[in-house]
Amino acid sequence: MSAHDRHGPLVRHEQVHIADDSPWKKLPMAFGAIGVGGLLVAFALKGSDPAKFWSSYLTAVMWGLAITLGGLWFVIVQHAARAGWSIVVRRIAENLMLALPVVAALMLPLVFLGTHDLFHWSHPEAVEHDPILKAKAPYLNEGQFHIRAFVYVGLWTAFAWAYWRWSTAQDTARDAAPFSHKMRRWAPVAIISFALSLTFGAFDWLMSLDPHWFSTIFGIYFFAGCVSAVAATIALTVILLHRSGYLRGVVTAEHFHDLGKMMFSFTVFWGYIGFSQFFLIWYASIPEETYWYSYRGHGDWLTLSLVLVFSRFVLPFLGIMSRKIKRNPRTLAFWCVWILVAEFLDMYWLVQPALAHTRGVEHIRPDLFDVTTLVGVGGLLLAVFTWGLTNRALVPLKDPRLEESLNHENF
Amino acid sequence: MAKRTKTYGLLAEYETPAALYRACEKVRDAGYAAWDAHTPFPVHGLERAMGLRPSIVPYIVAVMGFTGAGLGFLLQYWSSTEAYALIISAKPYNSYPAFVPVTFELGILLGSFGAVFGMFGINRLPQLYHSLFNSKRFYRFSDDRFFISIEARDAKYDPERTRKLLEATGAASVEEVED
Repeated sequence: MSAHDRHGPLVRHEQVHIADDSPWKKLPMAFGAIGVGGLLVAFALKGSDPAKFWSSYLTAVMWGLAITLGGLWFVIVQHAARAGWSIVVRRIAENLMLALPVVAALMLPLVFLGTHDLFHWSHPEAVEHDPILKAKAPYLNEGQFHIRAFVYVGLWTAFAWAYWRWSTAQDTARDAAPFSHKMRRWAPVAIISFALSLTFGAFDWLMSLDPHWFSTIFGIYFFAGCVSAVAATIALTVILLHRSGYLRGVVTAEHFHDLGKMMFSFTVFWGYIGFSQFFLIWYASIPEETYWYSYRGHGDWLTLSLVLVFSRFVLPFLGIMSRKIKRNPRTLAFWCVWILVAEFLDMYWLVQPALAHTRGVEHIRPDLFDVTTLVGVGGLLLAVFTWGLTNRALVPLKDPRLEESLNHENF
Repeated sequence: MAKRTKTYGLLAEYETPAALYRACEKVRDAGYAAWDAHTPFPVHGLERAMGLRPSIVPYIVAVMGFTGAGLGFLLQYWSSTEAYALIISAKPYNSYPAFVPVTFELGILLGSFGAVFGMFGINRLPQLYHSLFNSKRFYRFSDDRFFISIEARDAKYDPERTRKLLEATGAASVEEVED
């Protein structure tokens, strides 16, 4: 392995740069076109049922946010912990994080145009005769809702852009150390801002869909999904890059093993948080808390709830447990795709029952809104992500501890 | 009383982890089974150089963990539906969500027992006596030296040939250890 050669570079240029004639170079434009096309079709269809459209749109954006917010979390937490193992996969997470400002900005049209269609609390006439909503009005009102949306999007954009700039600028810097110091020094600030903005973002955009209901653990529930989704996306991307001949001998079975462990642990964490939320509400049995689960427990929604329990926890828990499965790219790739699909189901399960409940609909019919918004959001996310992959080195070349990461081994 | 002079095996001493690593590969390739390496800290990849198969502890943990979880659930199921069937907060006797925490904890408890005591069992611990400590040199295994021991009970063991093999691996010293 070149990593043992102390005199040459740690990684060869062609291992970590995507060649100009590679099909990867065409992806940003292709995904961009697909994404813009998907969103245009979605918005063109919007008139037929605006509330359902915004519901599907929110599902897709929250799924994109789970992956990209996970990217930001991955980067800042590795800096804060001064982790060595993750340096060779950090750039993948940084490129996902680069897509965060775009995906987060997609939230703004909804906040300004779709609030009345989705959020019951945004109707003053409804709030007037409702003591619970009246009490929540100082927080849940449109003015504050708009301002908070700008704060979340602004914070995420600032941190994502700053960390991406610092890390990519380090690749060509004469003196690499100050960049590492800067990224580490800012990491705790970023983590605290991230934790607060993610929690309140999940309250605003997911929990307040049903404004009478509340759960203090809700932000952490969303966060658990973010982390397993980003670990799955990173591992899947590396497996695809390996197939094209990149990062071979740079990202090894040892790093796959660690990413698999992260997927596994946050699958368990998701189950733990999801059950804790359900358990307390079930046990106390207070009507204004239980009804959120009650209408997810009827008709097709009950089926989806059970599918979610098995697809998001039980099956991956048993499936990713083995060391062999985590270290084999084929089996790991299967579970990466599985986790990403399950994460989408989770967002669907969080967002869409609210509207179905107000309309008294107990069946689930995936429609064109669901497809086009997912294609739109996914396309834009992947366009920015693959732009980052194809236009910068695939690993932080001048990170002072790159060699440690290349030689990383699990016990 | 006559002193017993049975031989435990041969002990070879190395000065660096790299020397030990290469020596392990040679002992492995020579086909020995009853032998071990002793280092003051974990040496990455040594299990490959020694040709060790993966530990069976994970399987012990899995069996114990699932047994614990299953028994934990049955304990609660039996006591709430059969032994002390009481209605609590208007919930059915078999309120399985309420059983989850204890089921989980007992799964963890027996799983950890499986990990700790399974490891003890496989390593035949605790041992109050080990022949290798008859060598004064061996005490440095927990400080700054690296050792390979090949036991006399190994089918391939031969006092002369095994000693030659170890000397050929670049050992700083090779000595016979009494049982």
